[in-house]
This record gives sequence, structure tokens and C-alpha cells, in this order.
Amino acid sequence: MIRINCPFCGPRDHSEFTYGGDGSIAYPALDASAEDWTKAVFERENVRGWQTETWHHVAGCRMWLLVERNTMTHEIRNVRPAHPGVAAVLESET
Amino acid sequence: MSASRLSAGGHIDRGKTLSFTWDGRHLTGYPGDTLASALLAADVGVIGRSFKYHRPRGIMSAGVEESGAIVTIGTGARRDPNVKATTQEIYDGLVANGQNAWPNVRFDLGSVNNLLSPFFAAGFYYKTFMGLPPFEWGSGTGLWMRYEAIIRKAAGMGTVSREPDPDSYEHAHDHCDVLVVGSGPAGRAAALETAAAGLDVLLVEQDFVAGGDDLSNPPAEAERAADMAALADAGVRVRLRTTAFGLYDYGTAGLLERVTDHSAVPSAHLPRQRFWTVRARTTIVAAGALERGLAFGDNDRPGIMSAAAGRTYLNRFGVLPGESIVVATTNDSAYPTALELAAAGAEVLLLDARPEASGPFVTEARTAGIEIQSGTAPLRARGAPAIAHLDTAAADGDGWRAKTSERCDLLLVSGGWSPLVNLQSHRGVKPVWDDATACFLPGKCTENLIMAGSAAGYWDRDTCVASGRAAGTAAAKALGAKNGKGSADGTQPARDGWQTPIRPLYEVRVPGEKLKSFVDPQHDVTAADVRLAHREGFVSVEHLKRYTTLGMATDQGKVGNVIGIALMAEALGRDVPEVGTTTFRPPYTPVSIGALRGRSVGAHFKPLRRTPMHDWNLANGATMTEAGLWHRPWYFARAGETIDKAYIREATTTRQGVGLCDVTSLGKIAVQGPDATEFLNRIYTNPFAKLPVGKARYGIMLRDDGIVLDDGTTWRLSETDYFMTTTTAHAATVMVWLEELLQVRWPDLKVHVTSVSDQWAGCAVAGPQSRTVLEACLTDPAVVANDALPFMGVVETELKGGIPCRIARISFSGERAFEAYVPSDYGAAMMDLLWHAALKHDGCLYGLEALGTMRIEKGHVTGAELDGRVTIEDAGLGKMASTKKAYIGSALRSRPALTDENRPRLVGIFPKNRSQTFNAGSLLCTAENVSGFGEGWITGVTHSPELGHWIGIGFISGGPTAWEGRAAIAADPVRKGNVEVEIVSPHMVDPSGERMHG
Repeated sequence: MIRINCPFCGPRDHSEFTYGGDGSIAYPALDASAEDWTKAVFERENVRGWQTETWHHVAGCRMWLLVERNTMTHEIRNVRPAHPGVAAVLESET
Repeated sequence: MSASRLSAGGHIDRGKTLSFTWDGRHLTGYPGDTLASALLAADVGVIGRSFKYHRPRGIMSAGVEESGAIVTIGTGARRDPNVKATTQEIYDGLVANGQNAWPNVRFDLGSVNNLLSPFFAAGFYYKTFMGLPPFEWGSGTGLWMRYEAIIRKAAGMGTVSREPDPDSYEHAHDHCDVLVVGSGPAGRAAALETAAAGLDVLLVEQDFVAGGDDLSNPPAEAERAADMAALADAGVRVRLRTTAFGLYDYGTAGLLERVTDHSAVPSAHLPRQRFWTVRARTTIVAAGALERGLAFGDNDRPGIMSAAAGRTYLNRFGVLPGESIVVATTNDSAYPTALELAAAGAEVLLLDARPEASGPFVTEARTAGIEIQSGTAPLRARGAPAIAHLDTAAADGDGWRAKTSERCDLLLVSGGWSPLVNLQSHRGVKPVWDDATACFLPGKCTENLIMAGSAAGYWDRDTCVASGRAAGTAAAKALGAKNGKGSADGTQPARDGWQTPIRPLYEVRVPGEKLKSFVDPQHDVTAADVRLAHREGFVSVEHLKRYTTLGMATDQGKVGNVIGIALMAEALGRDVPEVGTTTFRPPYTPVSIGALRGRSVGAHFKPLRRTPMHDWNLANGATMTEAGLWHRPWYFARAGETIDKAYIREATTTRQGVGLCDVTSLGKIAVQGPDATEFLNRIYTNPFAKLPVGKARYGIMLRDDGIVLDDGTTWRLSETDYFMTTTTAHAATVMVWLEELLQVRWPDLKVHVTSVSDQWAGCAVAGPQSRTVLEACLTDPAVVANDALPFMGVVETELKGGIPCRIARISFSGERAFEAYVPSDYGAAMMDLLWHAALKHDGCLYGLEALGTMRIEKGHVTGAELDGRVTIEDAGLGKMASTKKAYIGSALRSRPALTDENRPRLVGIFPKNRSQTFNAGSLLCTAENVSGFGEGWITGVTHSPELGHWIGIGFISGGPTAWEGRAAIAADPVRKGNVEVEIVSPHMVDPSGERMHG
């Protein structure tokens, strides 16, 4: 049972969250080519080790988070809001 | 056998007698007894029948590793099979029965399998029944299934009750600084040490008495009692009858507490079992070690058990397990057992496999007059059903030769010890083979998980205590607590050993003699099976396990695995570490399905969502049905009406007059902010940039990959305020998706989304009279006039009595229709108003069934069609896809496979013979080839009152134009059979949409 330290709610069991996906994907513009979109949507790495991924605190504050998780050990070393503006505000406060 | 109860000693209360029945026979025992100890005291020899060969089995151990005394407890709905008699506490009125035998375990007709056992080697059933002559014609047909049913009946365990489980179970959560598993000397020392450091400690013990091995060790009793008092004083929470069955991430432990399994009358107020999720900062595993046996001929006879079990029955339960006892060992640990049994009056012969044992144990045994035969091991047990003689073998170089035969009524075997590394293995830590002590020791672990005592491979009791204390100190340090009273620094003690090293020995056999030597008695896997697996190429330990089923019984190979691995190593000519070990996975001991499900059963299996009009609907005659988590009106039957009559009447009345339908379950999302328009324009396939205030638009959203996600209407209430509706099925998915887009992908957009599904109660008013009905309910009827509120118009107004209301002129039925939403608390009041008005026009209430009828007639899609495989063109809505803007999914929806003309497209379906019906879920096939996946499928079927016959909606390759003039077959092989159908346009009623615009 993974525990995620939500920046808004504190440490919570992973059952409160849903897994999103690879958080390092930069989605192309809507009018980008099908090739660019294919790369972003289908060509994913199956990372062994540290990976940045998105999680949604769906049964909590409903914020999308960027979580750095080790896929081998489930260790988590960084959790921050996926929204860069919100993340910046939080960081400036701490 | 000739076991008997001693007059004194043990952790039993002779002052009170408990009565129970064993296979119908009335027996008694004492509080503190297990079923096994009570049966042993009554000298019951045969208790079980083996899995495959139906061989008679007796008590083999005194704990969870039991492979012989496996029984069924209870009767009726509370019949619980595959219970280990060695762990079941007895209580007054306990009913226990033998299993896997007919007529009973003493005389079992199934034991004929044992005579045929040469044919039942590893892989027998698969080799025989799955494709070899003369059964090859059975391969790939249903015949294997039939064989399997017979095989399963002959080979197996007990049978469960088929009645509903009358007991309740619950889930509970707990936290602690330190979780200590096991209450033996090491576990108690660890708990005391950590508690002294001011930590919150939870100590769990699977047994019903705390103490572990000390319960079988009378000299340690005073210390055990003192420890228990100290634990209570220190505030350590001790939970008995609680098994730590698995360790998970982040210090999470799964515990199973057996709350009432030992009670004669289950309490009405307590669950039978409690499933604990415990979050511990540190876990100390002091689970102990299990003694393993040896493989030798007929080593599964009743009257053969582990040496430690013999000691436990003698000291803990006050039962002398035999009168003429042979103790066969490879190590020192059986010597105290032999001494104590001799002191209790048994005649004891000690066979030590080591060529020369020496040291204080040996001297003491010799002094006590026990005969010791060195370099001697058991070769074959004789006697039926229980052991009466033991053929012995003498060491002969590296091997063995037959020696003599010894009379005995009990054989106690010690083949060495296996530390219980199972819980550590759950965390992915590989155990490490130790040659010196011939066992797997815990591996290196990077988590806050400390192994202590004999689970860490310490054998001497004092060293175990030191190990537990060191574990406690280490845990306290890791958690930053003040140091405990121990002066040590938390380093585990140096390895202790035996006085004379163990002789690594797994099997005893002599050349030329064929023996049935069990490695895993619970699954009837023999040494010969392991060698057969090797000859047939199953040399990986993982393959060996799966081919022979070694270690796959309910004990998960606790006793047999090491022997099996050692024999495979021998066959391969390798060392044990090269062969490796299989990974232990949770649960350590079986967990009932009831405990896993907890209270999520029956009505509580899933949450129930009711609309604010739920009671109103029921009061007005609704029969309800489930739609996802929602309960929705299905139909409103009038006197004497069946569901078919009711929905046909409701659909007819709505199309001809007016009908009302609770549509609250639709998802509703407030999309607000200065960039709301831009946001909607990006997520919907059709343009939203120019939607005027006061208008609604039907929209379709796609996923990134170009497949349809959902559809619904979105109403523009102001420049910056939209009211989005989604399908009932996808409401939550859409909300999550919008949140992801706004937070992750487009953080620059100033938009806020709020789920308002529960805030607004909705009613569809549909039919030619809908406007008249609505007008009668409004404070200002003019707002819904045709000019004021044309098709797709939106108005915020109020119902009579000042109820705030938002109305859109939208239609799912295809009739002139409105959807009206009021704040949830006004739901019933709105229904009262509308229903009063509708009654004046002979209107009706309609449910999901009639709603489905009308939408199928119109070819409107729902969740049944939008199943995650369908493109916008497939759904027949291609003209909704804008070519002038980019939107989510616009890039990938044009991939070649998604634009193939021959993809299954939305169609309507008529029966060729209009009097026939067909079923939703049928496959659509060509008339020539009714097989395989066909050409399409049917998602919905209804009787159409408008057309006067049955119709369907579904998908078929190429869509309606490809099937003009071609017959198709609605194939439904397991239900109705095949029906010839015509493929038509999905717009089966009013295709031009005149009615809803009128």
C-alpha cells in the first residue's frame, strides 16, 4: 500500500488516488501532426526505476499531482501539484 | 498408536471438560486443547485422507504447517473445510469431521488410488486426458472438462457449504510505531525493548496463547509469565489469534484476527473475523522456525510427526503421544524432546543421522538411559494404517544401507529447521542459503523490517532473546526514540550453532528399494515425482513447483519446499543455492473470502445513489432498476400491467401526449471562467466558440486517441458560465478528464469545473403536450413559448411557488421536449407540479425502459454504444466533427484504421419477419457465414410502438448503405438461436426531426 504525501491533504493511502500516467509527456499542440500525437499517446517508456507520473487525488482534494516514484521499490521522493502556477505558490510559501 | 493424557502439566485446564464430536463420535477435551491435541489424547490415529492417493493421515505437526490432520469444522451454513486440527481450538459442541474420504477417513474407498499410484505420477492427469492415446480425441473438446469434473471430485480437499455465509466480517485499521510478529522469546524481548523506549507497540500472535516455543518448554514458563505481565505494564497491545499474513509497501501489514472461531455460540455483536490493515513505522518479525521432516519410505503414516510437535503435545497439552517412541534426528534439537518423553515414561530410542554426536545433550541422554544409534536414519515405516515398525538404515559412505527394524508406536522426526522468512520474502527479499545450518536465512533488507530470533536463524533460546532485544534497540534507534534499557547498539548477536553441527539430510533411500517418500504430503508429491520432473526437463525450481504442485497446497510448502529444492539440486548435481528458492507470497496462512470482502456484501456490495425524487417515484408506482450505482425508475406499471405492457404504454403516451421522466442521474458539471468558451471549444468536436448565451448545444468529446469519450448537451448561461451534462455512465470519467486537462495540460486556461450532479434534480418533459404542461407550472409561461424558447433554447426562470429552475428545450425522445432542473431539495416539489399538470392531459410517468425504446427508435446513442471502441463516424455523427478547428482527438481520429469505410457503423435493425424478436447482445453475421465474431453486434432491442414491431440498434461493418438489400443474421447461439434481420438507418422514427423542432 503506497502512501502519497499530498501537498494539500498530507500523507494518504494510495486508495484515495487514481493513477494517471507518465508525467513527463509533453503533449503536442492540438493542431500538431498525427505522428507527433502518436508519439505522445502511444510511444511510452516502461521505466525501471525513477519515474515521474501523474496521480489524481480523486477521493481527496481532487488535485492532479506529479509524483516521482521508483517503479521497483514504490519509494516516492517528490510530490508536487501538476499545475505549475499552484506549485510555484506552494514553493514560495515554504 | 497408544497416546494418552497425562494427569498433570501443560497449558490446559483439567478443571473443566469440553465435549465435541469427531465423525459422529463423542469425545472430550479441556480448555486450552486444540482439536488435534484432544484427538491425540483420545488416541484417534487416522484423521485425514491425502489429496491424491487417499492415504490415511494422522497428526504430523502442532501448528499451521499441518499436512495430515486437515478436517471440516461445523455444519450447515457454517461448515468450514480444510481446517488444520492443530490450530483449531476446541469448544463445547464443536462438530468436526474427516474430509476427502468416503464413507469415512478410517475406511475410504478412494484409497484404491494408492494401489494405482504408479500411474498417478506428476503430470498424470494432463498427460493422460489432454491429448495422449487413447484420449487424443478428447483434446480440444468438452471432454477434458468432463474428466476434470470427475478428477476434481476424486482428488481434493473438503467441500464448502453452498448456503449463504451467516457470519459477518469486518475491516479495521490500526497504526503503531512497531509491529512485532510472534510472541515467542524473541518477539517478547523485542516488544519490551521498544516499549521501554517509549514507542507504541503492537504484538500479534497467531496462536490463542502467547508464548510461542516457550509453551512447549517448561523451564521457560516462569520467564514467559513474567514477560507477559511486563508487556501489559508497558502498555504493549497484544493481539492473540491474529496472523500477520502479509507485509506490503510502506510498512503496511495485513492481519487476520479470528474473533469468534473458538466460540461455541457466535456472538450476535461480533464479527467472525477481522481483517486488519496495520500501518507500522517498523516491523519486527519474530515468527520462529518450522521443523522439517525427512523423505523416507511411507513417511506419511499416522504416528509420524515432527519432533517439535511431540514435545508440544507432551509439554503444552499434557499428552504423552506414544509409549514406544523412536526419535530420528539430524541435529541437536530433538534431544530435549527425547529426554522429556523418557522422563514422562515413554520408551525412547534415538536415531542420530550424524556419525558421531557428542556434547552435553548426548551425555545427558545417555545418562538418562536413552539408547542412541549414531549414523542411523529411518528408511521405511511399516504398519497399517499407523506405524508399528520402523526399518532403519545405517550410513554407508555418502549413502545408506538397510539396517534393522525397530518396534514403535510413534516416530518423531527432525530433519532440521527452516526459519520463517515468508514475511520478509513478501517484500521481495530473497532468502540466502546457509550451509552450516542447512537452511535459508533472511536476506538483506533495506526497509524498516527486522528479522529476529529463530526466524533469523538463531537456535539457542538465550540467543533468540538477545536477538529480539537487539532488534528492539535497532528499531528504537531507527525511529529516533530514546535508547531502551538494553546496552547493546542494536547489532544482532553472533551466529550460534549446534553443539554438533547438523547433518544436511533430506532423503533416506537404499539402492534397489522402491519407496514412497513424501516431500509435500499435503499435495502427495513424492521424491520420485521430483526426480521424474527433472528427467522430463522441469529443472527450474519454479517449473518444478508448477509441474509437481510441490508447495502449492494450503501450507504453501512450509515444510516440503526445502526438501524438494534439495532433491532437485541433487538430481542436477548442483548446490542448493544454485537451484534457488521459490518466492513466498501472501497470505502466510489462508484468509477466508469472507474476511477479504468484509462488510461489502449484499446491499452494501456497492454504494447506492438515489435521486432526490426517489421517494416520489416510489410513491407514484415506480419499479426501480439499477443504472450504474443509481437506482432509477424502470417503469410505472398500472394495475395488471407487465413490464412490456407498461413501457409500451409509456412510450406511446409520451409520443402522443406527454410523459415525465426523472433524469437526475445525468452528470452535471459547472464550467466557469473567462476561458470557459475556449476550453469547451478544445474538448468538443463541434464548434462552441459562437454559442450564444441562452442556447444549448449537443456536443461530443473524444479521447486523445480519437475514440468517442462521451456526449451530452452544454448550456450557455452567461458569457463565463456553462452547464454541461454528461451521460450517467461517464459522469465521473468526464469530470476527472476535465480536471486533468485544466491542471496538467492547459494550466494557462482560466476555467473552473465543479461537479453539480448532486445539486440539481432533473426532469424530462416530453411529448406534443410538453409545452402546455410546462406552461401550467411556470410563474411566467411565456418564457417557453416557441419563439421565446426555440429548439436548443435555454432559460433560467422559476416554477410556481418561486422554485428556481433552468430549462432547456432538448430532446432525447425525439419529441418536442424540455429538460427542467431545480435545486435538489425542490425535486419532489417540481414533480408534484409537473405531474398535476400532466395528468390533466392524460400524461404518464415513464422509466428507463420507455426512455430506451424512444431513443432506440431515434437512433440516439448511449453508454451501450459509446463503449470505448467507437469513433464519431462509427456512431453516425461524423458531421459533428469540425474540420475548421483542432480539438482533443482530432489528430489521431484520422488514422487509417479509424477511417476505414468498412468499420462497424451504427445501424437500425428490423426482423425480416416483423413478428419475430431478437436479443440485445446478438452478433450480426452474413447469412452465409454465421460464425466467429461476425460482422457486427446488437447493443439494444425494444418493441417499437411507433412501428408496431421489434427493432434493434447496433453496429455492422460498413453501416446501412453496405447492407442495402442484403440479409443479415442476428446470431444468438446460446439463447434464442438465429433470426434473419434487415439492416436499416438508425433513425427509425421521424428521421427528419420535425417533431422535436415543432
